[in-house]
Amino acid sequence: MPVQDLEKIFQDKIDADIRIEPKDWMPDAYRKTLVRQMSQHAHSEIVGMLPEANWITRAPSLRRKATLIAKVQDEAGHGLYLYSAAETLGTGRDELLEQLHTGKAKYSSIFNYPTLTWADMGAIGWLVDGAAIMNQVPLCRASYGPYARAMVRICKEESFHQRQGFEILLTLSKGSEGQRRMCQDAIDRWWWPSVMMFGPNDDASPHTAQSMQWKIKRFSNDELRQRFVDICAEQVKILGMTLPDPDLAWNEERQHYDFGAINWDEFWNVIKGNGPCNKERLEARVKAHEEGAWVRKAALVHAEKRKNIVKKEIA
Amino acid sequence: MSSENQSASGRAEWPLWEIFIRSKQGLDHKHVGSLHAADAQMAIENARDVYTRRMEGVSIWVVESKYIHASNPDDAASFYDPASDKVYRHPTFYDLPDELKHM
Repeated sequence: MPVQDLEKIFQDKIDADIRIEPKDWMPDAYRKTLVRQMSQHAHSEIVGMLPEANWITRAPSLRRKATLIAKVQDEAGHGLYLYSAAETLGTGRDELLEQLHTGKAKYSSIFNYPTLTWADMGAIGWLVDGAAIMNQVPLCRASYGPYARAMVRICKEESFHQRQGFEILLTLSKGSEGQRRMCQDAIDRWWWPSVMMFGPNDDASPHTAQSMQWKIKRFSNDELRQRFVDICAEQVKILGMTLPDPDLAWNEERQHYDFGAINWDEFWNVIKGNGPCNKERLEARVKAHEEGAWVRKAALVHAEKRKNIVKKEIA
Repeated sequence: MSSENQSASGRAEWPLWEIFIRSKQGLDHKHVGSLHAADAQMAIENARDVYTRRMEGVSIWVVESKYIHASNPDDAASFYDPASDKVYRHPTFYDLPDELKHM
């Protein structure tokens, strides 16, 4: 069948909301876009464990420690759901990891910021996971079946992450003067990077139109960002804290919050590798991978040996 | 070490396993995704950690992905054709009076 016909069948399926499955014909660009987006998301989950792992041993109570460990375990799980979905498109796990370790593949820039105090665990849960959820819920209806199914699983689990974060901040907000200051400081530091998580403005986001036509993306970056700002501007009142934006104000006419200009220079700078922790995060990842090499090798050899023993016993 | 464990980059990769989970007694096992493991035992243990952290399962099946054979979606039209013109296999095909009860 000529490619034009295959492309038409493909786009017709997408328009009719019929999911694309691994063995179906798909344009190369669709496959590439998906592998890039899904692996980038998987890498973000894996690297995202690092800033939080930093606080597991210093969690203020056993309850906080247990939940933080569970959250970090979920993130490992989310990374694995997404790697597994990406592999259905024909790119192997080793290759995906290599792209991360060599810096060829990106992960969310938010994880290149440091976690300086315990309150950061709260701010990450509330704001970073909140922004992630805002991005991820529409992906549960993405046109690629394995991706959509992985996202359903992830979204179910993310809700606990956000709630535990808000609870941390709520507790601090009712605490001592020092704790309240720590709470506000964490919000101040994490707010703008979280707002940037939605990516460049729509007019500077060249792939958006194509991704929307393919129904990989359902809402534009600016739409989701606005929704996030509107929700957080209300939620912050419950904490009795403020968002660090003097221009934040309810716009009666638009029925949305107006907010200040985003510092895109900072955004691009962190993406290019000049954020506070880019080097540290990647080094930690590569180190863990390299130091685990002998375990992966030994497990394979052991499995092979056991297989041979079973074969001999049968013979 | 068998050749299928060699990935594109030439290093040894653990084989891929497809994971099926029974969410509760009385229901079928359902495909949930895949993972890498050195052997079946490890695949089951990893599947527990990856796919049942919140009591999503009471039983796990693992099958090495290379043993899964699948129909070809490109042939779907002709492959399922034998069933498409047999509406008489469905109960609604039969024209019966409304007075007829319990059928």
